[in-house]
Amino acid sequence: MEKDLVTLTIDGQKVQAPKGTTILQAAKKAGIDIPTLCFLKEINEVGDCRMCIVEVEGRRGFATSCIQTVEEGMVVHTHSPNVLEARHVILDLIISNHSKDCLTCTRSGNCELQALANKFNISTIEFEGERTKHKIDDVSPSIVRDFNKCILCRRCVSACKKVQKVGAIDCINRGFESCISTAYDKSLNDVNCTNCGQCIQACPTGALHERENINDVWPKLKDPDTYVIVQTAPAVRVALGEEFGMPIGTNVTGKMVTALKRLGFNKVFDTNTGADFTIMEEANEFIDRFKANDNLPMITSCSPGWIKYIEMNYPELLPHLSSCKSPHEMFGALLKTYYAQKENIDPKKIYVVSVMPCIAKKFERQRTEMQNDGMYDVDAVITTRELSRMIKQANIEFTSLEDTNFDSPMGEATGAAAIFGTTGGVMEAALRTAQDVLTGQDLKKIDFEQVRGEQGIKRATVNIAGKELKVVAASGLANAQKIMEEIKSGKADYQFVEIMACPGGCIMGGGQPIKNSKIRSEVDVRKLRADSLYSIDEKSVIRKSHENPVIKKVYEDFLEKPGSEIAHKLLHTKYYKREKYNI
Amino acid sequence: MKTIEEICKIREDKRKELDLRVNTQSDTREKHILVCHGTGCTSSESPKILENFRKILKEKNIENVRVIMTGCFGLCAKGPIVIIRPEDTFYAMVKPEDCEEIINTHIIEGKRVDRLLCKDIDGKIVQSLDELNFYKKQKRIALKNCGVINPEDIDEYIAFDGYKALEKVLKDMTPDEVIDEIKKSGLRGRGGAGFPTGNKWELTKAAVGEQKYVVCNADEGDPGAFMDRSILEGDPHSVLESMIIAGYAIGADKGYIYVRAEYPIAVHRFQIAIDEAREYGILGKNIFGSSMSFDVEIRLGAGAFVCGEETALLESIEGKRGQPRVKPPYPAQCGLWGKPTLINNVETFANITRIILNGAEWYSSIGTEKSKGTKVFALGGNVNNIGLVEVPMGTTLREIVYDIGGGIPNRREFKAAQTGGPSGGCIPKEHLDTPIDYESLKEIGSMMGSGGMIIMDDTKCMVSLAKFYLEFTVSESCGKCTPCRIGTKRMLEILQKLCDGKGEEMDIYRLEKLALNIQRASICGLGQSAPNPVISAMKYFREEFKEHAIDKTCRTLECKAISKIIINEEKCKGCGLCQRACPVNAIEGKDREKRVINQDKCIKCGTCLTNCPFKAIGN
Repeated sequence: MEKDLVTLTIDGQKVQAPKGTTILQAAKKAGIDIPTLCFLKEINEVGDCRMCIVEVEGRRGFATSCIQTVEEGMVVHTHSPNVLEARHVILDLIISNHSKDCLTCTRSGNCELQALANKFNISTIEFEGERTKHKIDDVSPSIVRDFNKCILCRRCVSACKKVQKVGAIDCINRGFESCISTAYDKSLNDVNCTNCGQCIQACPTGALHERENINDVWPKLKDPDTYVIVQTAPAVRVALGEEFGMPIGTNVTGKMVTALKRLGFNKVFDTNTGADFTIMEEANEFIDRFKANDNLPMITSCSPGWIKYIEMNYPELLPHLSSCKSPHEMFGALLKTYYAQKENIDPKKIYVVSVMPCIAKKFERQRTEMQNDGMYDVDAVITTRELSRMIKQANIEFTSLEDTNFDSPMGEATGAAAIFGTTGGVMEAALRTAQDVLTGQDLKKIDFEQVRGEQGIKRATVNIAGKELKVVAASGLANAQKIMEEIKSGKADYQFVEIMACPGGCIMGGGQPIKNSKIRSEVDVRKLRADSLYSIDEKSVIRKSHENPVIKKVYEDFLEKPGSEIAHKLLHTKYYKREKYNI
Repeated sequence: MKTIEEICKIREDKRKELDLRVNTQSDTREKHILVCHGTGCTSSESPKILENFRKILKEKNIENVRVIMTGCFGLCAKGPIVIIRPEDTFYAMVKPEDCEEIINTHIIEGKRVDRLLCKDIDGKIVQSLDELNFYKKQKRIALKNCGVINPEDIDEYIAFDGYKALEKVLKDMTPDEVIDEIKKSGLRGRGGAGFPTGNKWELTKAAVGEQKYVVCNADEGDPGAFMDRSILEGDPHSVLESMIIAGYAIGADKGYIYVRAEYPIAVHRFQIAIDEAREYGILGKNIFGSSMSFDVEIRLGAGAFVCGEETALLESIEGKRGQPRVKPPYPAQCGLWGKPTLINNVETFANITRIILNGAEWYSSIGTEKSKGTKVFALGGNVNNIGLVEVPMGTTLREIVYDIGGGIPNRREFKAAQTGGPSGGCIPKEHLDTPIDYESLKEIGSMMGSGGMIIMDDTKCMVSLAKFYLEFTVSESCGKCTPCRIGTKRMLEILQKLCDGKGEEMDIYRLEKLALNIQRASICGLGQSAPNPVISAMKYFREEFKEHAIDKTCRTLECKAISKIIINEEKCKGCGLCQRACPVNAIEGKDREKRVINQDKCIKCGTCLTNCPFKAIGN
């Protein structure tokens, strides 16, 4: 081990770092925080922006500290007069071609460019000049692109191309005219974008953000004739607190519910209850298909980014998809039928708002299949970030709120539903129910550790009711692609496949609080949020969906049994081959 | 497939047959009419000339006369060029309709067609190529075969020692000996940076990796430069042979040549060369019966200047957007598809076979202490003999401009020469005696570059010139890194302001600050060298920048917004010639009276200046 260490000097400090470490990492170890802008750990390490340049003695020109690795005896200066001047000039140049409208920018306060401008005290722009002008693309129901704020760091490109292997965006044109665009310079809505929103998570500025739907919701809340029901996805509760300065992964379920009540929602329900319905339907669908060996492996269908991806890229594999709608859609459908009847509310007056970690849900919501009797199952989707803004706009001191519980009767949920928010969770939840249904017993072994953890692809063989079951949980579309290729080529022998579009699952969704590059380098955000969900599961009294009393009652009173005709009408959907490019 | 013995036989037979090409005393009864088929002459209808010659010869039933297409002769200003061997008669600016007369007079009657003979700068009529001053100080190594052989006939290449170097290498030399020879020769990269070629080969050979590649950079992008194009058009096999030798030396079995698609003739001829070499078994498996295998493929570039930068070129070959990579790692360690890759430029390769055949000692005897061999320049701009020249390193700029180039036309003064194109700098009059080599050019703020050499006379505004080169880099920047993408644009905007008379003194400092930081902070050579033309122009012609920024004047007529033409009252004789010549009636004044220019009407075209017999008009 010892001999693999390299000793170098950074800003006068002797630093030891393993061979292969970048200068940036080595400096961090020594408590030196070299500024970066285009750098996004393991995703975009290209050295484009030139903010991280440092001087290395004896080397011509500057070294790119985010890429270049340490060498024995290297003497590095991270803030020599030359470096400082160059950084100033570079920052000045970047800002000179930026719209500088921080006051009206959604990322104000959480913008990496703004933070650097502040750090370097840029008060006037020395090199003002022509600015590139771009039309704002706001056609997509999920993503808005405003490239007047783009600094061409290409973090979004790498997220889309490298992490997700979608490649909906890349650089077009040359030189000063360079910009990030799509095939044929079309709107994001008309190309192979899956709306996963990983680009938004990667963007250091406000060039990419969600299509905001807050202003659809506010008027409904004030309208006495509208019965506004809100439901929140599992991943929201372990991330919302971050928007209020709480540690990453803090479980703020109680405060979130209180805040939603204060905002004026008539009912605050839990999408987890919807997730329990999903498990009932999906586990039973799986059992039927497993017994009949029909279209195996069965692939989960909760992730709308994934659904659009498979519709565009693997239409021939669509029969493998579970026909289940995603939890919030199932739940929305039940709210406007079962719940409306029960509470004697005109379903037309019900307005369902879903708070989601996901921006693809905004696209999913408006799919024509997601309606019943001419009514959409869900009327608005807002993200974790948007909810935090609503709470702030309503002058609510979030951190000092008391905890309250979700409303009854549609607020009870199981631990199985909670872990839907992380990769492997849907699989685990479904297996818990499937094994009980198949054995007719109440089994105690319900943790499936094999499908937990950080890996993008988790393969496991589980024993269910005496039968060997091969399963795989993949998150991130690049990993999904690998599994699809295995299935397509006939090499796969799985019976059950879980796919989540976002790497790490919903907790890392495009609608979650955005963590800057520095945090993403230093902290495993995914793990902190996932651990919090597993802890909710562990503490739950009921941890299997089929044991949820609400579920039992709704099946007794209304849905009859999983897979019934009415269940199919309300809780299942269809998929269609979709063209990648709408030209 | 041919064996070594068969190739030797071809060489022997063909060499005899082609003796008249290089030997004016050849006692053959044959004549060869050589018609230049470089890009320049081709666009001036040289294929038609060739066709006409053949047609007329056939009609007249003349035997023993062959019409041959060749590569570029170099003196492009006089094209299309036709040379008749063995007597070496040089006909300039030949038109398709002149063929009949040439055949009748020269071939049949045995007399020269005087009107088509070339006049040298001193007015002397030149009978043959060797008499031209243009050629006297040149030494042709890289261009040795250009204008001598038919580039589309491998046998002609073989006749002049073609594939003999490869044979020697495979039979008698180890890879290390080859590398050693190149190192000893002192050859340095001709693409611009001047990295020692042998060291590059050594590094690539030493790099760990099963698969290695040889890449030839033929993405010649400097405006006005056409050295590499001419080599590929005139002698493609020499590059191909050298690539195979490089493959042998570093242990690669695959080569790529990256040529810009705007060079269709070069691409076409190189493809023919590849096909011919494959047919002869010179490319492919077990070359010349050895254990060595090598093949070459052409990759077309879409004309982006940045793709001449080696790492951007590699990205482009890989099918990606042509953008540079951060170095280190260098291509020698991590190149094409992450494999160790040797990248050399066309002209560098063109020297290899000659070094192998004639020895490192011979090669290193040419040139200066640190810059060995010759360098090809594309001479252009305000110089009489525009064309391609190859001179030993250490030749002075004065010799190139005046002896080879024939001086400045229209009796104007030499002002500066730009070498290294948009990445280089200008050399002013006071440095005319600078020997042209890597170090000397760098010392005076320019660079060798790939070989573009643009001569400027005193009508050129240096601020405009700096702006011209920046316009080029701005439009050719790939947009990857900030300093180059936005910084060069800002520099251009400042220069535009200066030319429009809207600048201020601070702009000069802003330019300097930007230039320095773009040089230091850009990722690749394009960005790092983009400010060079501005920096060197400011170094040698700072006064002009000040005039533009502070006085808002331009001493030439280029910056129309701020230049002014005035008639010197004392010198004006009132002849009125200027008034008559002015296209916009901007000159006022009655007969025999002194004339005045109405500045509101004047469009600064300069017509009056050239028409004044008393030199009374100036700016």
